[in-house]
Amino acid sequence: MTAVLTANGLGKRYGRRWALENCTLEIPAGQVVGLVGPNGAGKTTLMHLAVGLLTPTTGSIEVLGGRPAESPAQLGRVGFVAQETPVYESMSVADHLRFGDWLNPTWDQQVADRRIDQLGLDRSQKAGKLSGGQRAQLALTLAIAKRPELLILDEPVASLDPLARREFLQSLMEVVAEQQVSVVLSSHLVSDLERVCDYLVVLVASHVQLTGGIENLLAAHVRLTGPRSGLETLPPSLQIIEASHTDRQSTLIARVDEPILDPAWLVERINLEDLVLAYMRQIQPDASARPHLVEAHR
Amino acid sequence: MIQLTWLQFRLQWLVAMLALAAVAVVVGLTGVHLAHLYGTNVAPCLVQLQANGNVGSCGTTLTSFIHSQALLQNVLRDALLAAPALLGIFWGAPLVAQELERGTFRLVWTQSVSRRHWLAIKLSVVGLACAAVVGLLSLMITWWFNPIDRVNANVIYWQGPINLNLNRFDPSVFDLRGIVPVGYALFAFALGVTAGLLVPRILPAMAITLPLFISGRFAVTWIRPHLIAPVRQSLPLVWGPGAGIAQGGTGTGFFVIAPTPKLPNAWIYSNVVVDQAGHAPTSQFLQSTCPALTVDLAGPAGNVGGGSVSTAAPGPGGPGEQQVHACASAIAARFHQVVTYQPADRYWAFQGLETAIFIALALLLVWFCFWWIRHRMA
Amino acid sequence: MIRLTLVQFRLQAIIVAGILVLAAILFAISGQHLYHLYNTTVAACPAGSDCSAAKDAFLNNHVILRQLLGLLLLLAPALLGIFWGAPLVAREYESGTFRLAWTQSISRGRWLLTRVALLGLASVIVAAALSLLFTWWSGPFVRITADRFNPGNFDERGVVAIGYALFAFALGLTFGVVIRRTLPAMALTLASFLAVRLAFTFLLRPHLMAPHQASMPLQSGEGLGFSPSASGITFSLGTPNIDNAWAISSKVVDSAGHTASNSALHAFMVNACPAIVSAVGSGQSTQGVNHAPADPTVFHDCILKLAQNYHLVVSYQPASRYWTFQWTEMGIYAGLSLLLAGFCYWWVRRRIA
Repeated sequence: MTAVLTANGLGKRYGRRWALENCTLEIPAGQVVGLVGPNGAGKTTLMHLAVGLLTPTTGSIEVLGGRPAESPAQLGRVGFVAQETPVYESMSVADHLRFGDWLNPTWDQQVADRRIDQLGLDRSQKAGKLSGGQRAQLALTLAIAKRPELLILDEPVASLDPLARREFLQSLMEVVAEQQVSVVLSSHLVSDLERVCDYLVVLVASHVQLTGGIENLLAAHVRLTGPRSGLETLPPSLQIIEASHTDRQSTLIARVDEPILDPAWLVERINLEDLVLAYMRQIQPDASARPHLVEAHR
Repeated sequence: MIQLTWLQFRLQWLVAMLALAAVAVVVGLTGVHLAHLYGTNVAPCLVQLQANGNVGSCGTTLTSFIHSQALLQNVLRDALLAAPALLGIFWGAPLVAQELERGTFRLVWTQSVSRRHWLAIKLSVVGLACAAVVGLLSLMITWWFNPIDRVNANVIYWQGPINLNLNRFDPSVFDLRGIVPVGYALFAFALGVTAGLLVPRILPAMAITLPLFISGRFAVTWIRPHLIAPVRQSLPLVWGPGAGIAQGGTGTGFFVIAPTPKLPNAWIYSNVVVDQAGHAPTSQFLQSTCPALTVDLAGPAGNVGGGSVSTAAPGPGGPGEQQVHACASAIAARFHQVVTYQPADRYWAFQGLETAIFIALALLLVWFCFWWIRHRMA
Repeated sequence: MIRLTLVQFRLQAIIVAGILVLAAILFAISGQHLYHLYNTTVAACPAGSDCSAAKDAFLNNHVILRQLLGLLLLLAPALLGIFWGAPLVAREYESGTFRLAWTQSISRGRWLLTRVALLGLASVIVAAALSLLFTWWSGPFVRITADRFNPGNFDERGVVAIGYALFAFALGLTFGVVIRRTLPAMALTLASFLAVRLAFTFLLRPHLMAPHQASMPLQSGEGLGFSPSASGITFSLGTPNIDNAWAISSKVVDSAGHTASNSALHAFMVNACPAIVSAVGSGQSTQGVNHAPADPTVFHDCILKLAQNYHLVVSYQPASRYWTFQWTEMGIYAGLSLLLAGFCYWWVRRRIA
């Protein structure tokens, strides 16, 4: 299983502040990867490092086997849509397609035309006059018509209404099916990711907290409800991600290797949102006390 | 990439072409008239001037000619003076700053072009456009001013109330003719692009380009006299137009002013009267040798405004012609004239050198931009 | 709102203030030197004697600096309009921040009013400071050349610069509000400001008040000469200078008060100055001058003869009207600015963004 993105101790610092720190990742190919975390966690930084808009302060990153943006050919293999989907306001939709054609040798005009027609965009419309959803679709068209191997999308649906969001994600899924491209998609809306992603990376406070296939992650984590006194009876290999206690009762979200047999504990499956929230709410005193990164390859 | 640059630039190019066309119409119509006027009225006067060595009755014709279309002269001069700075500000500063400020660099720098290729094409297309616009403008204006310049070149004996002898080397003429404006334009453009790269916001980049450009122009104008070593020529002192004895200030001593050398269109650095050892005539020497000329300058009450110049020419109330002649011979016996100047035929050498300096500065800035965009912009 | 605007423009204000202070210092140093020089050389020249040499020498000081400073004074209002006027509203539109600014609990009108008032005031201060400094600094020169009323010099001195600055600012504001894009607004502001200024100075200003007419004798001097024309040899002249007044135009008039036509002049000269006529040649030939008289006295004699029958009538604005014109022009430009500002106010409030 080849990796589309490999990061090793990757870090990026602006002045005193580390936007991303000690990030080690291996994202497998052929997946739709969700990159989730609160605002300011470093999602955009990681993506900009992956497309060569930033260079690392420490560590290294490899995309599709090469350094990001090391050559025009390398740039052609990665399609990127930045946050806020920047477009040239005074250029028309048709001009943007020409833009893509002129700047990308691997540009497939048929794919672009088909998509624009499907979306019903007016080619003579200036990009500045498009609605948010239409701009996102235009940006996506530009990214995919050059037939990349990897698509990186930075919060593409953040400012879209629910309908536009749904359409965009559906569109994206069609593209994935047609072109067999790997996707890395960031969002802070977990529900969107649940619908389309099969791999997850959780970034909190400039550090990677969790990575893994979603199915495996959900299988490996449970919610335990039980008496406070029962804490000692839990297997030692169990990792508690999040705990909340009342006088007599504890609710835990934990990663388990083996089944919990103690009947005092109620074991439930959790959904992705709760899982992600649990990891995002973790307090992280220092690196040594940090819980393990969970990596599960399919 | 060239097509994209053209797509984004074509509106600005159109505006510039329209402006140039308007200037061309005005310049064409008035310039033809001016050239015709020169041919009929002025050229014959100049022939006579060169033959006789003095202006004679042509003085007023020539004066009125070089003042013709005074308003248009100023407008054209200001246009060519401002053009390089305007292009640097409006075409140079936003070139990169606009992409950076609006975030579209995240779109274009993730297409299949390297950043340096992107910058190279943009710089080349727009930079060439700047050179072309200013080059055409300079061509038109140099052509338009040609008759006036030719008059100015020849009237070395002719000084009005304010010295209007604007030969080609005078800064207000040199800077606005020939190829130097193209050098200025390329420099201003490169400066604007660099400012936009370092200060990735359009308006501040525009605002700092102007004072930086002006400083650069000042600096090079200041070193211009030192670019080529001037010619130093010793001549026997012949009392002629421009020569005189003057007083430095109330109560200070007298000194000699050398006659105007016959060097049309040359750039005179200094023009002095000295002896073999290189010393100028002392005030005592002048007062003892030419008492008639030095006494008269002092005036009735013995006070006179400092720096006053007397041509010591014969005329009512002044020293007589004999006294002037005697004085002149006495001085010429011991002193000679030394002129330090750039000959007129070095004009194009200076134009070429200054253009080369500004192009070199522009290239330096461009190199810096490439370095910056590769190593520091991530 | 005032505080917000001050905070937003803090950096620009500091930079501009710094530049003004620096300019004031430089002006002061240079001006002291100039005034001292003037007092010891030109002013010390006793009245009645020929001071032209001293004057010439003084006028040769700082020629380039004078031209540059004059250019700066002409440019400063335009720059204020471009950098402060045009982006004021256009930037908000371009970056979308108008959606933030105009949904606060302050009306659009008041938002615009506060910003325009503060920046307009700043523009006035900058223009007034520069104008004051330059007027003081160039005082000695103007005392010698006595041409402060002429176009060009008039524009750089006194109070008109304040009017220009306000107008450029308002013009920039208007273009920014209507076009909503900063760079085109800046370019249009520059072009139209220059056009309006040129048009006003040469088409309107001469007619602000009815000019006086004065008779002056024909004298040889700058700008007088003979040249061929379609109707024979004609006599052309420049407009003579009247100290501190604005001589707008002049014409040659005969003793009965009628304007002399080219053919009348030609006829007169054929009789009175045959040498000149043959020298300058007939108007038909393109060869022009055949022989110019070597003797300048022939030229002077002809002028003397002309002066007995013809004189000049000069149309001019007297020197006493200088300040009237300054304040009137400033008032007109300021009035135009208010109109433009009012238009912008109305436009911003009525138009749906």
